[in-house]
Amino acid sequence: MADYTLPLPQPTILHQPMWDAFKQHKLVVQRCRACDMMFIFAREHCPRCWATDLEWYEVSGRGRLYTYTTVRQPAHPAFNELVPYVYAIVQLDEGPRLPSNLVNVPLDHVHVDMPLRVVWDDVTPEFTLPKFEPDPDGMARRLPHQTGAARIHASGVPAHTPAPA
Amino acid sequence: MDKTLRGKGAVIGIGELRPMRRRPDRTGIGLAAEVAIEAIADAGLLKEDVDGLITELALGEPAQLAEYLGIRPRWAHGVNMFGATGAIMLPLAVMAVSTGMANNVVCVINTPAGDVLPGMGAPNTYQANYEFPYGPGVAQNSNYAMIAQRHMFEFGTTQEQLAKIAVDQRFNAQANPLAAFYGTPLTLDDVMNSRMVSDPLKLLECVMPTTGAAAMVVTSADRAHSGPHPPVYLLGAGVSIEHGIPPAHAIKMVDTPVKHSARQAFQNAQLSPRDMNMLSLYDCYTITVAVSLEDAGFCKKGEVGDFAASTDFTYKGNLPLNTHGGQLSFGQSGLAGGFSHVIESVRQMMGRAGDRQVPKLDFCFVNG
Ligand SMILES: [Zn+2]
Repeated sequence: MADYTLPLPQPTILHQPMWDAFKQHKLVVQRCRACDMMFIFAREHCPRCWATDLEWYEVSGRGRLYTYTTVRQPAHPAFNELVPYVYAIVQLDEGPRLPSNLVNVPLDHVHVDMPLRVVWDDVTPEFTLPKFEPDPDGMARRLPHQTGAARIHASGVPAHTPAPA
Repeated sequence: MDKTLRGKGAVIGIGELRPMRRRPDRTGIGLAAEVAIEAIADAGLLKEDVDGLITELALGEPAQLAEYLGIRPRWAHGVNMFGATGAIMLPLAVMAVSTGMANNVVCVINTPAGDVLPGMGAPNTYQANYEFPYGPGVAQNSNYAMIAQRHMFEFGTTQEQLAKIAVDQRFNAQANPLAAFYGTPLTLDDVMNSRMVSDPLKLLECVMPTTGAAAMVVTSADRAHSGPHPPVYLLGAGVSIEHGIPPAHAIKMVDTPVKHSARQAFQNAQLSPRDMNMLSLYDCYTITVAVSLEDAGFCKKGEVGDFAASTDFTYKGNLPLNTHGGQLSFGQSGLAGGFSHVIESVRQMMGRAGDRQVPKLDFCFVNG
């Protein structure tokens, strides 16, 4: 593990609890205790109601592939020996979306909307990265928009309000 | 008509933190949000009333704070004038509210707090903690590839339909001696056979970084006729921020804030997409042009594939688009790349575009 050469996260006080939870293989997102909003981009304020009573909330670790790309020319040279690999945005069943990698799946089996489940990659003693693999039980699950979870928006941004006329 | 700002705007609320030696328990953006929320409440306004935002650039671009707060400004500006930053924000905000660009502008300046990493300034903590460990592609390749992937999934858009945009723009560049790819024509097969850089994006659907610069001079209406060239008037403009750059946060990844900014620009100009004689659309990638065409109203959402295939975007065509070649064929010289769309539009409107001059040109649509 000492020879892990890929970029590691750079937690600030805002992100440290998330990385601590990941180390224990718990997938967490921020949740507003005042209005139930869940979001990925860590904050001190809820983006919907501006409350500051936020918690780190453990989610199911299941979701679907919202979109992806096969990286052939990485931004960071340390990834060069791994190409081609899948960089993905996963929509969790609870609503929020997060960037990650797909693993344990051949490139030609990857398709948008495929069911996924979290798998943990303990890259160093300090850091564990959540990655995703195909979920064989996933087809039976209902989509987030069929369960009402869609009210918790992926972006952490409240439902659209038209621009003033 | 009084053209000064005198009496055309006022400060109606404030928020301020007591200065402290250190705030290791807080983040810079959290402090910015706190004073913004306080000022908005102090003004007797609600979150929904805020439609303008000015930030100081140490915070990051205004989009970061807008996304953090969950607000959707239709006018925003990042300012750094060193010690004069706070002072310059007042007239900037009054310019916005007195011209209808926004109704309520929040101005925010902050410092970093406990979120400064050793040896660094305020970091882009979003990317460091959510993107970089997973190896995104170089430049914005991955982000736009994932938009294209999702567009293909939702609407059945094909690679050939997107590639055709690059081909038409290259045709235009063959009439622009300033273009980086002048003298290098391109076919649909060339684009389709170019190497995959980030599926589904092919190399020739991505901009090439170049070195360059651009400039323009803007004057008041009463002086506009004093120069040697016909003046090109701004008839309408709009701004919209919906989320920060990470597209994972987009409400729908196939949608862009262009739908709001374009609507306001058309509204100000009292014109519609049908009135436009040519378009200059920001083109870091072909998919960028595609979703802008949809969101600006030149075709319906999801239909840009067929629209692109059946529309002639060349300077000789029925809807001339990026007649200088766009960044894809002109080259992307940093932020001057997006400026090239403005410069070309002005050049065309002045009737100085040479072989690629679009005839009967009254109105042009530009975005960035
Ligand atoms: Zn809330």
